[in-house]
Amino acid sequence: MSEPYLSAQNVTVTRDGRHILQDVSVNVMERDFITIIGPNGAGKSMLLKCLMGFYTPDQGSVQMRKNLRIGYVPQRLVADDTLPISVRRFLTLRKKVSQTEFDRVVVETSIGSSLDQPLSVLSGGEFQRVLLARALLAEPELLVLDEPAQNLDVTGQLAFYKLLDKVYRERNLSVLMVSHDLHLVMASTRNVLCLAGEVCCYGAPQSVARNPAFITLFGEDMASMMASYDHHAHGQHPHAHTSCEHDHDHDPTSGEGVAHVG
Amino acid sequence: MLDDFLVMALIAGAGIALIAAPLGCFVVWRRMAYFGDSLAHSALLGIALGLLTGMNGNLGTVIVCAIFAIILLTLQEMRILATDTLLGILAHAALSIGMVVLSFVSNQPFDLHAYLFGDILTVTQEDVLWIYGGGALVLLLLLANWASLVLMTLHEDLAQAEGVKTFWINLLLVLIMTVVVAVSIRIVGILLITSLLVIPAATSRQWVRSPENMAVLAAVFGLLAVFGGIMASYHWDTPAGPSIVTTATALFVILFPLASIARKKRQFA
Repeated sequence: MSEPYLSAQNVTVTRDGRHILQDVSVNVMERDFITIIGPNGAGKSMLLKCLMGFYTPDQGSVQMRKNLRIGYVPQRLVADDTLPISVRRFLTLRKKVSQTEFDRVVVETSIGSSLDQPLSVLSGGEFQRVLLARALLAEPELLVLDEPAQNLDVTGQLAFYKLLDKVYRERNLSVLMVSHDLHLVMASTRNVLCLAGEVCCYGAPQSVARNPAFITLFGEDMASMMASYDHHAHGQHPHAHTSCEHDHDHDPTSGEGVAHVG
Repeated sequence: MLDDFLVMALIAGAGIALIAAPLGCFVVWRRMAYFGDSLAHSALLGIALGLLTGMNGNLGTVIVCAIFAIILLTLQEMRILATDTLLGILAHAALSIGMVVLSFVSNQPFDLHAYLFGDILTVTQEDVLWIYGGGALVLLLLLANWASLVLMTLHEDLAQAEGVKTFWINLLLVLIMTVVVAVSIRIVGILLITSLLVIPAATSRQWVRSPENMAVLAAVFGLLAVFGGIMASYHWDTPAGPSIVTTATALFVILFPLASIARKKRQFA
């Protein structure tokens, strides 16, 4: 078994006596596509912060493979008009990129028409593509996205996740994403980590949808909507997981994957 | 023939304008104007302590301002009160304590007015050395960390994810600001320092499309303001610091609407 890109072991974060994260473990392996879901305040962003090393957990440990190239796509960048900067300059800020690589990413994310515009005039969808482009310029082995489509309308969300799916299929990288839009990433994501302070379930999307813990959290409607989803895209992945039971060789939750909440 | 003190004032003023320009851009981008103001208020305490202990006034100011900045950053991290509340407390506390301390050194001749509004016409060679020495250090540090600073200004998490040590760069920016405040006091005074940082940067914003150009143009406007202000002060015997700020403001008032017009013309062309 190869070394995980990112690994969190029994991470616990406590603030003001309240557990924000409790005993959360997760491994991100090569070619993984993991989507973290959970209700507001479930600790999704905090888990991401811990994994990225922005925040040191109170207990537990986080390990990152040495020299791992990470591309980070933040939730939203508030482009303030007081700072004049063009998209082209923003993309190459603090980066040495060859012209060929630059051109390739520009085409890949179709941002060619906005390269010479000020960053502050971009639409939400363009902006997220620019942020993705910047992350891809690092030729990342792992792409980390924090609710990347949260501020887009439905069409924009669909387009963004389609692009992300394409990037995942065409490049040799892993994806770790926090997202509310599970119904939209069903086709792309290979595994779902459902979080409610602790890991409530983990597995392929459909198996998670059938998990009682998931139904408790999100309700019958969401679960049946997800379970009925025809997961045709999965065939393209090297090894698709179809249920929580005959699970992964790298089960991130070491047996706690089906722990019930509440 | 220009008088010696006038030449000295022009040299000192030009130095301040050049340092203030790039730093002023960050003050505008990162909304640090109130912070700069508070830092300047705390400088009075530094001057007072300098007079009390016989230490160099500039050094005293740098030390007190740096302590002030570190206390502020620590309190900010604790997130107990909003930043503007913290600044409101710290700035006026430092100003008041400074005045109280000054009352103990009242046996010396002391011109409070000169510290509040600057006294550029009494600038000495030593002051000029402080300005250019400190200025060179500040510019070098800013240039070396320019891209990281701009990225951090756009998105702190993104910068951190890409390996920028955001805590240290934040601290660096704050310390740079303390140096600039300390060396600028002789020129424009405690009450007017922030305007020298903010007004030229704000004036140039409308005319540029890159962060670097904004800093360069701000330097040009800063130089114009300093020269205009000092010459006006020389000819009409007006206070130098306020004359510089008035000139900077005049440039802003004239150029701001002009930029909007120029922009519209470009759009229709």
